[in-house]
Amino acid sequence: MISEALVVSAVLFVIGTIGVLTRKNAIVLFMCVELMLNAVNLSFVALSKLHGNAGQVFVILVMTVAAAEAAIGLALVIAVFRHFGTVDLSSLRLLKG
Amino acid sequence: MSDLSRYFFYLFSLLTIGSALAFVTRKGPVPAALWLVNTMFALSGLYVLLDAPFVGAVQVLVYAGAIMVVFVFVVMLLNLGRAGDRPDLRGIGGQLTAGVVGAALLALLLAARRGDAVLPALVPSSTSTSNVVEPVAQLLFTDYLLAFELTSIVLLTALVGAVVLAKRRTAA
Repeated sequence: MISEALVVSAVLFVIGTIGVLTRKNAIVLFMCVELMLNAVNLSFVALSKLHGNAGQVFVILVMTVAAAEAAIGLALVIAVFRHFGTVDLSSLRLLKG
Repeated sequence: MSDLSRYFFYLFSLLTIGSALAFVTRKGPVPAALWLVNTMFALSGLYVLLDAPFVGAVQVLVYAGAIMVVFVFVVMLLNLGRAGDRPDLRGIGGQLTAGVVGAALLALLLAARRGDAVLPALVPSSTSTSNVVEPVAQLLFTDYLLAFELTSIVLLTALVGAVVLAKRRTAA
């Protein structure tokens, strides 16, 4: 069952990566990053069955950091929206020469 | 591991992957967010089946209950709920690149998993179901106390930073 859980984790991580690479909406992009964090959490939990409960502690810490990251990221999205009037990442090209 | 829990494990795995696929293929942010909530719930089921019920409960509370609510709240606040006239997806080149990168990453991860194909025999899980928090809490407040305290500082910093960033500039 650990092996299957690792496969599920890998598939979820890849789905999140593809989402990050293909979407242009900044909020959806953040959600894809959350999905990738969740995939890693799943492999932590699966491996904690093998190596003791430290994996579950890491999952708790990752969730805390993910909450902080979501708060900061969405505050940034709000600030970007106030400034540019859009959250479409392809229209943010201040650094493009 | 009994047959029933194995059956439920596959069921929740399929639910997780299916919801994640539905999540990345939705056009609007709100349907995507709701499918992601579905993914979180199915993942918490997987956590419970992997002998981590406390993590499963925290997953529902923190991810499905708090983080996704904040996401949907921001979508509503900025009035981005409907899919705009401009497509949310990148062009065909970007999609092809993403597909290649995804396939390579999946092959890499599966190859890395094959490295220890012979998993050692499982530690028999503690059969007591009444005591699910203690093994985690024991480690969290002894070996990982420093990390625990540091996350509280991270949370405080994020709180202040989010307020400062999202605050409307008045009379700047």
